[in-house]
Amino acid sequence: MRNMFAIAKRELQSFLVSPIAYLVTAAFLLISGLYFWFTLNWMVTYRDIPTVRYTVEFMVVVFVFAAPLITMRLLAQERRMGTLELVLTSPVKEWELVMGKFFAGFALYLLMVLPTLLYPLTLEIFGNPDWGPIWSSYLGLLLFGAVLTAVGLLASALTENQIVAAVLGVAGNLLLWFFAGIPTYDPSSSPRLIQILKILDLRQHLDTFLSGALDTRDIIYCLSMTAFLLFVTTRILEARRWRA
Amino acid sequence: MIEAEGLTKRYGPVTAIENLTFRVEKGEIVGFLGPNGAGKTTTMRVLTGYLPSTEGTARIAGYDIFTQSIEARRHIGYMPETVPLYPEMTVRGYLHFMAEIRGVKDRRRAVNEAMELCHIEDRANDIIATLSKGYRQRVGLAQALLHRPDVLILDEPTIGLDPRQIIEVRELIRELGQTRTILISTHILPEASQVCTRVLIIHKGRIVAEDTPAGLSQRLQGAERLAIQVARPAPEVADALTAVPGVRAVESAGDGRYEITSTPGMDIRTAIAETVVRGGWGLLELRPVGMSLEEIFLQLTREEPASQEESHA
Repeated sequence: MRNMFAIAKRELQSFLVSPIAYLVTAAFLLISGLYFWFTLNWMVTYRDIPTVRYTVEFMVVVFVFAAPLITMRLLAQERRMGTLELVLTSPVKEWELVMGKFFAGFALYLLMVLPTLLYPLTLEIFGNPDWGPIWSSYLGLLLFGAVLTAVGLLASALTENQIVAAVLGVAGNLLLWFFAGIPTYDPSSSPRLIQILKILDLRQHLDTFLSGALDTRDIIYCLSMTAFLLFVTTRILEARRWRA
Repeated sequence: MIEAEGLTKRYGPVTAIENLTFRVEKGEIVGFLGPNGAGKTTTMRVLTGYLPSTEGTARIAGYDIFTQSIEARRHIGYMPETVPLYPEMTVRGYLHFMAEIRGVKDRRRAVNEAMELCHIEDRANDIIATLSKGYRQRVGLAQALLHRPDVLILDEPTIGLDPRQIIEVRELIRELGQTRTILISTHILPEASQVCTRVLIIHKGRIVAEDTPAGLSQRLQGAERLAIQVARPAPEVADALTAVPGVRAVESAGDGRYEITSTPGMDIRTAIAETVVRGGWGLLELRPVGMSLEEIFLQLTREEPASQEESHA
């Protein structure tokens, strides 16, 4: 556990001195802020109920592309610099490294999301929003962040090239995002397959969070998906020690 | 203590190391000597538990590196060839982190001690990216010493250093070697003879020779050799020397220098000196010549291609 915190702390410190963290955060806040402003105009013009639903949905879509930019360096960089060899010849277990990296990536994700709480606060000041769906939307954002970070971390474990890790991460996220859509184009796909892919489909689970209807199935989906991805990442790091 | 028994590592069809068996006792500095690609780094990666061996076992301080990996790793200080550092961190920050994941209790003290040992205190708060190669190398070494490990495994510890730093690092290794078990790899032969108490010569993944640097040259010499220099060379010098009992051959190296090969086990030094003095040629220098490690190394590794050709034929 101590190793995990040490690794997470070091990673976060390195993040905060690297320009990429600030670039990604700034770009994210800029475009999500613009989007919120659009929805705000729209809500005012059509006298619609004040909501952050569309903005949060948009933020998740942005993170499908942005999260891999945060996570790409996590393990790929260590592999390239050779520090992976140093860490894994210290008395550190692979899962401690993976969890440490995950929490560092997730913490940065939280730092990026935190300022967007200004959006619902703006609604509170100028309108009378329903806080139920807002909290559930943000809980969804949190849990989706965990899944997307875990996807990116897995991608980062596969290569020593950060660009490759980013591309793999985006591809993985898109796959999860469009899972349910894939077999529906193929009339011959079995209904059971469509059913399974619908469960795996990220977007399906987002909708309930956004509508304010908290469903434990969605929470369990996010948590188990994250756990599964972290488990696979750990196994990838351990694979070098498997005897043929 | 390092114990390796029949270590073999194959990458698919490629055999990187084959059936390596050796021990390194406490207080020993063993040099792993071989050309690039001989399998030195692979052996070290297996010994530190980074890679599993395909066959064979290794124990560090009595712990099996595969089945008791974490315990074994606590006893190892490892400096990989590439000296992995986090360039964006300060020296102190980096060492602090390494101490933390090594489970060091009093990290402040451990970091200060390691920096002092490696003479890097003056750059403690500098960003690693701004350091010269020599400083980075020493930060890498400091990192390996943090948890006061009883076993040190150093892959090419002096590579990329300037001559003064090389001497410093070698001295440091010798100093550390008095109370620890040290395995270093190098492809620089004089380094092995200066630093190590014992040398393992590795070639194409196999140990081809194992002895003390002095013992190796003795073993391979066959005949003893002397080098002399006289002040007033004359044509009859060589003949007079050849006539000395026990001398097998005399070679003139020009400028009054001669190389004398004698029958093993016979000390001909006094006889040679007397001959030169009697002839009035003026003896300037008389010293025994060991075979240098370079020569031994070439001799050991030269045989390999020949035997391969035989097996092809």
